[in-house]
Amino acid sequence: MTFSPALEERFAKILSSYPPGRQRSAVVPLLLYAQDEIGYVSQDLVEEVARRCNVTPLQVDEVIGYYSMLHRKPLGKFHVQVCTNIACQAVGGEDLYEHASRSLGLKNKQVSADGLISLEEVECMGACSWAPAIQINYDFHHFVTPERFDQLIRALQDGTYRKAS
Amino acid sequence: MRYNEPSPLEVRVISQRFDLPNSASIDTYLANDGYVAAKKAVEMTPEAIIDQLKASNLRGRGGAGFPTGLKWSFVPRTTGKPTYVICNSDESEPGTCKDRLLMENDPHQLIEGMMIAGWTIKSNKGYIFIRGEYRYLIEIVDRAIAEAYERGFLGKNIFGTGWDFDVYTHTGAGAYECGEESALLESLEGKRGIPRLKPPFPAVVGAFQSPTILNNCETYSSIPVIFRNGAQWYADLGTPKNGGTRLTCVSGHVNKPGVYELPMGFPLMRLINEVCGGIRNGKNLKAVIPGGSSSPVLRADECTDILLDFDSLAKAKTMAGSGGLVILDEDTDIVAVALRTIKFYAHESCGWCIPCREGTTWLKKVLSRFHEGNGLKSDIDLIAELSNNMMGRTFCALGDAAAMPTTGFITKFRDEFEAYLAKTSAAKSPELLLA
Repeated sequence: MTFSPALEERFAKILSSYPPGRQRSAVVPLLLYAQDEIGYVSQDLVEEVARRCNVTPLQVDEVIGYYSMLHRKPLGKFHVQVCTNIACQAVGGEDLYEHASRSLGLKNKQVSADGLISLEEVECMGACSWAPAIQINYDFHHFVTPERFDQLIRALQDGTYRKAS
Repeated sequence: MRYNEPSPLEVRVISQRFDLPNSASIDTYLANDGYVAAKKAVEMTPEAIIDQLKASNLRGRGGAGFPTGLKWSFVPRTTGKPTYVICNSDESEPGTCKDRLLMENDPHQLIEGMMIAGWTIKSNKGYIFIRGEYRYLIEIVDRAIAEAYERGFLGKNIFGTGWDFDVYTHTGAGAYECGEESALLESLEGKRGIPRLKPPFPAVVGAFQSPTILNNCETYSSIPVIFRNGAQWYADLGTPKNGGTRLTCVSGHVNKPGVYELPMGFPLMRLINEVCGGIRNGKNLKAVIPGGSSSPVLRADECTDILLDFDSLAKAKTMAGSGGLVILDEDTDIVAVALRTIKFYAHESCGWCIPCREGTTWLKKVLSRFHEGNGLKSDIDLIAELSNNMMGRTFCALGDAAAMPTTGFITKFRDEFEAYLAKTSAAKSPELLLA
């Protein structure tokens, strides 16, 4: 498989950061960074990561189901993650998720027909004191009201979305 | 940046640089006492460093509150094997959002803390395990690491001592359980994050089968100031056996939720009423989850004399845990909170050991039907029995972390569970109620 030069540079750095003979350590980071570039963990990617980390494809395969951020199918271009854990729940996180699901017409882990947006109800993302919180891909958004949520979605749809911080 | 206004009641020690312009840059750090502590430490013996840490009463900020100096003293230094320094920045305990601020605003403070650990056990490699969702922080910390290399604080022959130390970031990919130290080490080695049987503890057999210092991000970040200002100075900030300050994360029904740096032993009610401006909308307090979602809940009437340190909260049969407090007002549906809590643990249980895998799943099932209005009278005792049966019977602390809050909700708010049942089952057939 070929990756972008920037990703290849990152791979080289990651692979060199572990002790000699411990390249298996790079399996999860390589999968996650590659997924960010190609959209999901394909079988080709499993084999490629196995080759680069000097492990069997099975050893790569077995970690995928364990880590909630690794996906075997493509997500939307924008993966919208709404936290409903207790800190967010206390201030409307569950209502926000319901609102998101209704307004996007998506159930948990579904992708919109045009591939633009996917929705996921997620566990605590580390924004408890600034709840309710969502992440769009890796961007945090704090104190998200349903109105703010709708604004963000409109921005995703009309191409004007910019990172919050 | 900080995401909430600071409070005048804070004691800013490890957050002292948070509001400076370019606080994450090495120039800001160096202009504000940066790397002074590491310079001091490399002139000290390992024993002297560990003695200082013990005297500081610094205790692990990840949740267990284990004395840091004691933990370091368990690491054998003469095995001939390489040794490792690992930072747990896999912050995922619900209610907790402090490591984010430490890495975002002062990554060099963390690196310096790890350097001191590295020098103590003559380690040449450190890894910062950062949860995958914190991608922007990995970028910030990577930048800080690169700056530290450029200025000679990392790399070869640090301070002319002949000692080499490299630090790397390592991304997680979404797994609460990797916050458990042995699961984290498995994950670092490229495997599923399944906990190891202990002993041996990571101090002796840790990363890559070698002696390892493994601490939380906030613990490392607290270390430089101890060597700059002295162990006694640090210890005196807190209460006996609970040295220093803590980034206290407050969420839920207060007027001013936020992360505030407070001395260990700060009174809980002052935190709620003075630091956080009281309960929002003029409501009354119902309950406090004092140390992340794993900690047993406190009823409002139990909160009066609580001090926020490890020993005071242990005395109140709960825990200071990760320092994340969820404040709940009188309108809170405790059944819904209990259900959401157990859903989380059921989702995160790795399935390796049966009491946790089955226990969390059955608790989720029973609490779900209870919450949906299909509960039975016997369910209340069944929930208590299921969680008691998990307690102390699992490989790692995740099973306990699921059982403790569940037992807490069901015993302290039994009346609410009973009222919930009465309310939701009023329309149901009498046979079910007798079950």
